[in-house]
Amino acid sequence: MNHRSVSAYNGIPRWVMTLAAAGALFVVLPLAAMVARVNWPQFLPLITSESSLAALGLSLRTATASTVLCVVFGVPLALVLARGEFPGQRLLRSFILLPLVLPPVVGGIALLYTFGRQGLLGKSLELAGIQIAFSTTAVVLAQAFVALPFLVVSLEGALRSAGNRYEAVAATLGARPTTVLRRVTLPLVLPGLASGAVLSFARSLGEFGATLTFAGSLQGVTRTLPLEIYLQRETDADAAVALSLLLVAVAVAVVGLSYRGPGPAGSGSNAALSGGKTGRVPS
Amino acid sequence: MRTPRRGIPALLLAGVLAAGLAGCAAPESSGNASSPAPGGASEGSQASGTITVFAAASLKMAFTRLAGDFEAKNPGTKIMLSFAGSSDLATQIGQGAPADVFASADAKNMAKLSDASLVDGSPRDFATNVLTIAVPPANPASIGSFADLARPGVKVVICAGQVPCGAATKTLEEETGVALQPVSEESSVTDVLGKVTSGEADAGLVYVTDVKTAGNKVKEVPFAESAKAVNTYPIAAVRTSKNKDLAAAFIATVVGPEGKAVLGDAGFGTP
Repeated sequence: MNHRSVSAYNGIPRWVMTLAAAGALFVVLPLAAMVARVNWPQFLPLITSESSLAALGLSLRTATASTVLCVVFGVPLALVLARGEFPGQRLLRSFILLPLVLPPVVGGIALLYTFGRQGLLGKSLELAGIQIAFSTTAVVLAQAFVALPFLVVSLEGALRSAGNRYEAVAATLGARPTTVLRRVTLPLVLPGLASGAVLSFARSLGEFGATLTFAGSLQGVTRTLPLEIYLQRETDADAAVALSLLLVAVAVAVVGLSYRGPGPAGSGSNAALSGGKTGRVPS
Repeated sequence: MRTPRRGIPALLLAGVLAAGLAGCAAPESSGNASSPAPGGASEGSQASGTITVFAAASLKMAFTRLAGDFEAKNPGTKIMLSFAGSSDLATQIGQGAPADVFASADAKNMAKLSDASLVDGSPRDFATNVLTIAVPPANPASIGSFADLARPGVKVVICAGQVPCGAATKTLEEETGVALQPVSEESSVTDVLGKVTSGEADAGLVYVTDVKTAGNKVKEVPFAESAKAVNTYPIAAVRTSKNKDLAAAFIATVVGPEGKAVLGDAGFGTP
């Protein structure tokens, strides 16, 4: 691979540009159509109604909690998948990635049969006095289930492209594995970890199917913003559109901030992904 | 170089496309739909061709049977059925979906269309439905009456007030003076039933017809107060229908004796 010539060459064929424009339009046009339908005079009252604020608050709290869960369990998983070598590794990766392609309602059913009252773990949990069904915990579990792959995939990619030369050096200098992880590995892949966490947060924010199936829908407890939109749509299209726009705005803010905000860090992670060895050509 | 990260957009796109395709599972059209019916149409009409019927989800069993019987009796006709929540269907028709007949689970969603002059004539009521209590077969919370649902510790699931079954639930609460403390307010009666069949909930308020459909996965606890909230199902031909004869013939079947029998089997009452 000759990165030097690749990055200097900018002649994108016109037909590629056309298709790219069509692709971009495909995403942007429906959003624009939705914005056109917003009842602006009523927008503020609609998104600040008691039920809307309860849903937004719950969504932000649960998405934060599920992102924390994803980091706590996703970072070790990514490390094991990127650095470890063990039988069944490919199989494990496939399973971890599964929620990406599963319809969320399937995830919800699976969670139900695990943590539900009649579920695999649910019965023991209930004996221990822990009830997950219909609780905010159920919402967080549903979100973490669908969001975990985003963190693992981002971080594993970053780990693989970063290589392990620095870690090897640190180890030969006498650093313990935990020290290497803390002082060398994690700082090296911090951009990848950050973007993975942001993607997880955004995915958690949008979670709908698994929550509906597994957690139920009750204002302030389990009815997150997407569920509130789904319900409002039944009677009040204006409210549903206004809340949809709110959700889009929050998602754009979250994703936009993380990808553009720390510019050098962002490009750093891209450089890491495109292979560390080649130096970047100054433009 | 293939990094796992580059796989994400492709996977996501695949997921989105798959979901999209699954979402637009349009009924497949039959080949000989335009051949004329060789006489003997049950309602005395010479209707032929294809119509699309948008019907409330709770009508699935009854309408599937009625449409099959109708096609058998009227060769050359084809009834396509699309089932969903009444409010979704009303919205779709309002946005120009190609429906010929609309059967709603409540008067409100039909009114949305008739107020906008999107249906022909005045809708005809053809069935009624009442709420009932569904409990898991073992009835773990020993529910025996509507008032039992309000006992502390009972996990009861109901429909949200925005959907027809939730509106009926609210009426019952007001009529009986029993204030429920639900653990969840679902957006569809199917979701309420799902929480009961999976054993998550101790009880759920669903339609009588849902309990029939669920078979032995749930037990019904009938209660007398249920008669205080009766949902009426109206049916009407959509104004933009291109086959009004066939639409009228199918509606006549639904409101006629044959429809009454099939709907009765499914648990519906007569208006």
